[in-house]
Amino acid sequence: MSQELLATITEVLSEDFGVPEDDISPDATFEGLGLDSLDVVELTLVLEEKTGVKLEDEELEDIRTLQQAVDKIAEKQG
Amino acid sequence: MASTERPDIVVTGIGIISPSGRGYDAAWEGVLAGKSAAAQDQLLIDEGVSVTVSCRVPDFDPDEELGRGAKRRLDRFTHLALISAREAVAHAGLVGDEDDFAVVGQDPDRVGVVLGSGIGGAETWAEEYPRYLDKGPGRVSPMFVPKMLSNTGAGTVAIRTGARGPNMTVNTACAAGASALHMGRDWLAAGSADVVLAGGVEAGITGLSVAAFAQMGALSRNEDAAAASRPFDVARDGFVIGEAAAILVLETREHAEARGATPLAVLAGCGGSADAFHATAPPEDGGGAVLAMRRAVEDAQIDPTRIGHLNAHGTSTPLNDSAEAKALRAVFGDHTDRIAVTSTKGVTGHTLGAAGAVEAVYALRALRDGVIPPTANLTEQDPEIALDVVRDEPREVPLDAVLSTSMGFGGQNAAVVFTPA
Repeated sequence: MSQELLATITEVLSEDFGVPEDDISPDATFEGLGLDSLDVVELTLVLEEKTGVKLEDEELEDIRTLQQAVDKIAEKQG
Repeated sequence: MASTERPDIVVTGIGIISPSGRGYDAAWEGVLAGKSAAAQDQLLIDEGVSVTVSCRVPDFDPDEELGRGAKRRLDRFTHLALISAREAVAHAGLVGDEDDFAVVGQDPDRVGVVLGSGIGGAETWAEEYPRYLDKGPGRVSPMFVPKMLSNTGAGTVAIRTGARGPNMTVNTACAAGASALHMGRDWLAAGSADVVLAGGVEAGITGLSVAAFAQMGALSRNEDAAAASRPFDVARDGFVIGEAAAILVLETREHAEARGATPLAVLAGCGGSADAFHATAPPEDGGGAVLAMRRAVEDAQIDPTRIGHLNAHGTSTPLNDSAEAKALRAVFGDHTDRIAVTSTKGVTGHTLGAAGAVEAVYALRALRDGVIPPTANLTEQDPEIALDVVRDEPREVPLDAVLSTSMGFGGQNAAVVFTPA
């Protein structure tokens, strides 16, 4: 499940956000990938469409890396 | 009255992306060729709009041109603004080797930007509103506001160039590009800036906007795309929507000479007015357009008989072209017969808020090269339009001063005069 989610995020970042795939890894931070706060909100909207899970603003406060986002989505998917 | 003390304001760089071509030379060659850029527009066909003809700029990939994320973060009108700004600052010799946008060798606090736009981020509205309706408020993109705001074009030009001087977007609808030149000229004359990037930008070809213009009866219904925009022609039946951006680098002659820049022309006069008449129709006698042209010529402090060429607003609507012809005669009297008139909208369609700047570029180039582009599709001139309209092929003629006019919905008018550098 986690691998699948990571693949989804990688695809979204690379195709919709133009982030080079080589830069994308589980430990990469949104900031390190050049995403600002508006980008992160937009990313959560795209992920919501793909996974059915919405990351809330207060949850985003604790999420810095892609792995943390994956873990939170997986946790909410149950 | 204009002050005789006002410094000469010169143009030292130009950037343009127009349906007639991309870049100062290509866009000019495109209007000289006199071939309409209008074509069937797949978006309009797909959305079932009653009018499906438009004039688009040559294709480009925003992310390739303007960096990763440009497509997602910026509306199309800002893409066009950036592409023309980059060319303008390079043409003016204001950038170094490191970055093709950043202005160097100037105090960034003294570099201003003023762009005209009639609509702003039209595509962003078109994309986001359906999302709001279909998927709910929670799915509206956080990029919506910064992409859509009509001041984003000028704001983003400042972000890329580093220009921290006065920065503004002016909206006088289809006169906005010319109004921006007026505003930029005034900033320089008032000493508010050393250099101003001034121009117009529009990318408003969406199903909604074209449907709305069509409902007004403003658009041509001609299904032969290439023949639809035909200013001054007896068979004209409306305008063809276009998109474009043009930016002119303005500075005082003294400032240009001090940095070794070559002036292309003098922005000698600017005039603005309102019809105070009707939201969309011009008064039959040309009303406010007369005032704008007269003011621009007076502002230039030249004898009106020096004007040898008019790049007309010439939208190809029945009302506009007749009213404009009457307005020109009201301003120039018998000298009207010695003004070679063209409307480059036969080629470019009506680029709305960009038109005033785009056509200022063509008028300036005509002045420099001594050649006037023909009005595309003029096969039988409306007998009501008693003007010397250039047709069929470019006309070579030495020019000493040129005029470009723009008239916007709302009854807002602007005119500019260029004289040789």
